[in-house]
Amino acid sequence: MSRRTALLVLLGLGLTWADAAPARAEAVIADLSKRLVAITTGFAGTDVLLFGAVEGKGEVVVVVKGPIGRLDVRRKARVAGIWINRDTITFANVPSFYSVSASAPLARVVPTALALRTGIGARFLDIAAAQGRAGRGARCSRALDPTREGTDGADIRRMVPFCEALIRNKMREGLFQPEGKVTFLPGRKLFRTTIRFPANVPVGTYSILVYVVRDGQIVGSQTHPLVINKTGVEAEVFDFAHRHSAFYGLIAVALAALAGWGAGLIFRKQ
Amino acid sequence: MQIYLPIAEMSVDVFLLLGLGGLVGFLSGLFGVGGGFLMTPLLIFIGVPPPVAVGTEANQIVASSVSGMLAHWRRQGVDFKMGAVLLSGGLVGSTGGVFLFEYLRDIGQIDLVISLAYVFFLGTVGLLMLLESVRSAVRRRGGKRRKLHHHTWVHGLPFKMRFRRSKLYISAFLPLAVGAAVGVLAAIMGVGGGFLMVPAMIYLIGMPTAVVIGTSLFQITFVTAYTTFLQATNNQTVDIFLALLLLLGGVIGAQLGSRAGARLRGEELRGLLAIMVLLVCGKLLFDLIATPDDLFSLAVGRLGGQR
Repeated sequence: MSRRTALLVLLGLGLTWADAAPARAEAVIADLSKRLVAITTGFAGTDVLLFGAVEGKGEVVVVVKGPIGRLDVRRKARVAGIWINRDTITFANVPSFYSVSASAPLARVVPTALALRTGIGARFLDIAAAQGRAGRGARCSRALDPTREGTDGADIRRMVPFCEALIRNKMREGLFQPEGKVTFLPGRKLFRTTIRFPANVPVGTYSILVYVVRDGQIVGSQTHPLVINKTGVEAEVFDFAHRHSAFYGLIAVALAALAGWGAGLIFRKQ
Repeated sequence: MQIYLPIAEMSVDVFLLLGLGGLVGFLSGLFGVGGGFLMTPLLIFIGVPPPVAVGTEANQIVASSVSGMLAHWRRQGVDFKMGAVLLSGGLVGSTGGVFLFEYLRDIGQIDLVISLAYVFFLGTVGLLMLLESVRSAVRRRGGKRRKLHHHTWVHGLPFKMRFRRSKLYISAFLPLAVGAAVGVLAAIMGVGGGFLMVPAMIYLIGMPTAVVIGTSLFQITFVTAYTTFLQATNNQTVDIFLALLLLLGGVIGAQLGSRAGARLRGEELRGLLAIMVLLVCGKLLFDLIATPDDLFSLAVGRLGGQR
């Protein structure tokens, strides 16, 4: 419950910040083909269509962010011939899902300075070391900044491979996605993009941020929440397992014992 | 046909799970082993999170050991007194094991410990079984007999108890220790522990073979039931859907397997099982030694994660 509240607060902060940023707000209106993704028995991933209209010139960038949390990145080393986990950095503020789509190549639409300030693009996310080999609070966006000077401390340099590994592993899991495309309809007013959620998508409240960028500045933005939830029998089982875990455990044992006893009976008769 | 597993939080093909259950069930029917030591690594291999694989497998073993135990009970093959002593050790061991599991997961070494434990135990037990089956095959031809009873330091321990059905008068410490060791493994490795307990009962405790399997199944039934309960309450890592699907395949596979097993000779069976155990061991060892594709891995953060 408290995590959800925290998220809402964060979302709210994001909104006020986004509102304050542009000097002359360009109107952008967007909507989603669904506001709620229900994970049911047959769930094998889903596509959500985002469509909208933009007033005036500018490129459109769509960012999808899952609920944030902590993540350990571990590095293996060879000890006595065996690979074991040796170093760990715990990162905070890691979105469980992240994708970004743009109507033109992202690197051209969002210059490094803007990306660093807004956290658009996986390499520029506000992911900070919370514990481990790197200094507390050291940021991945700084470690991975291509324009970074060579004057940084050992802390930052040490976390570079960990930050790269975080993004690489998340991409392999399909939870950080390669840059997508926002398509304009002729006339460059109406745009659309498809957000692809894989089968292993984490549940929670997602935020979908739509930006209009012109000359390296954000000139308009809009945020939409998207809820990904389990529904049906699965949700009830999950809920029950967490709320009445002792009862759930007893049922699990009883079901198994019953099944074993039944199987014994059936095959003894034959 | 895909099905979403509510606790594992992933979609899996139903027929893959039924097939896995059937395959492992067939092997366990063929060799008379629980199959947990095969199923847990296989589940992890298809992407089930290791804690869920371990918790759910404990739940599945409850079912297979219940039906096995009942069958042996009808044939007077369970020494309940010995089973109770083994079980008391097992409950202590698995309680400790669940806490050890949590600690190792927190420091990020659980995967390593699971793999090392598998390599060590499978390697040792596999080699011993292979040697034993080769030796007994040779002995069958030679016709030499073994001494019936050895006297070792084990028989000098205090707190002796009489176990009528096993025809033993030994210290209660021995079965307690064996039970506890198996309990720890049940919690950490997601196995019933039969592959370890059966040799220990025969060679260490000296029980007659006729009551070994039934008594070990008695202990396994209750220890895995207890472990399932602990995993469900502490970690919420027991997936009933997953367990039931594996069960369904497993029950059918086990029946086919035990029919096939009736046509093979004892030492041939043990030799085959030994080779299979050594293969699994070799694969795990290879994975520990071979340079991984990515030296880095991700895990849910220590102070509250993404779930």
